[in-house]
Amino acid sequence: MKAMLSALACGLLFGIGLCISGMTDPRNIIAFLDLGGRWSPNLAGVMFGAIAVHLSWLRWLARGDQANQCSLPPANSKHIDRALIGGAALFGIGWGVSGYCPGPAIVALGSGSLGAFVSVLAMAAGMILNEGVRWMIKRSGKRSLVVR
Amino acid sequence: MLLALIGGALIGLSASLYWSLNGRVAGISGIFGGALLQADEARGQRLWFLLGLIASGVGFAVFTNRVPAPTLPLFPLAVAGLLVGFGTRMGGGCTSGHGVCGLSRLSLRSLVAVLTFMSTAAITVFIVRHVLEWWPAR
Repeated sequence: MKAMLSALACGLLFGIGLCISGMTDPRNIIAFLDLGGRWSPNLAGVMFGAIAVHLSWLRWLARGDQANQCSLPPANSKHIDRALIGGAALFGIGWGVSGYCPGPAIVALGSGSLGAFVSVLAMAAGMILNEGVRWMIKRSGKRSLVVR
Repeated sequence: MLLALIGGALIGLSASLYWSLNGRVAGISGIFGGALLQADEARGQRLWFLLGLIASGVGFAVFTNRVPAPTLPLFPLAVAGLLVGFGTRMGGGCTSGHGVCGLSRLSLRSLVAVLTFMSTAAITVFIVRHVLEWWPAR
């Protein structure tokens, strides 16, 4: 019950942050990505604000003795593979076309945006398609691509 | 720019609380994809997080009394969404998971992912906005 409530509150807070920073409007995203147009630094400001707070929080959790280290995030793998780079590259192409990444699209769907609704549906389809491709690769025994 | 910083700080606070209270990383593609595809004990939390996101959008529309019009015809939006969905699952994260959470954890994987998707996104925007004459949005 408590986990449900805190998840709801975190989702709300996350969405409010996206709304007031203007990130739910894909035009503001494109304005940051468009280095050949009228460039806007706002997305960098959002990222900076978010990372400043979250990084400080994680450092604060990890302060002091070893006993507190259990609350540290798990050590991140340094493994860079084709799935990471290929996936990020495909995501960037889609993001550049529409200006919608998953968070802002889901929030804008709540605002009644038809474009966001179509985007979220297509994202769900893309995720299911990815799951299908993983399944097929796993079945064929070729694990070189996609499967991490 | 001030609103961008404040909004970003709220996102960072949300990611921090979600980590401390739920023990989970606030990556939206992971939350959305997990809610769709992973029938585990965390599915309920993911759905509640998504409900919070949607509720904030409803509140914003009521507050501003404005529904944003699509910036593109629906077909290119759908193709873009497919790429975003497929790519974020394949690469294990999006702007929030790799960008906000991963960079805050000083993850090398996330840094590589962010540099990759920022580059392909900027190149894509340049091509569609400045090279393709027939592109439906300027």
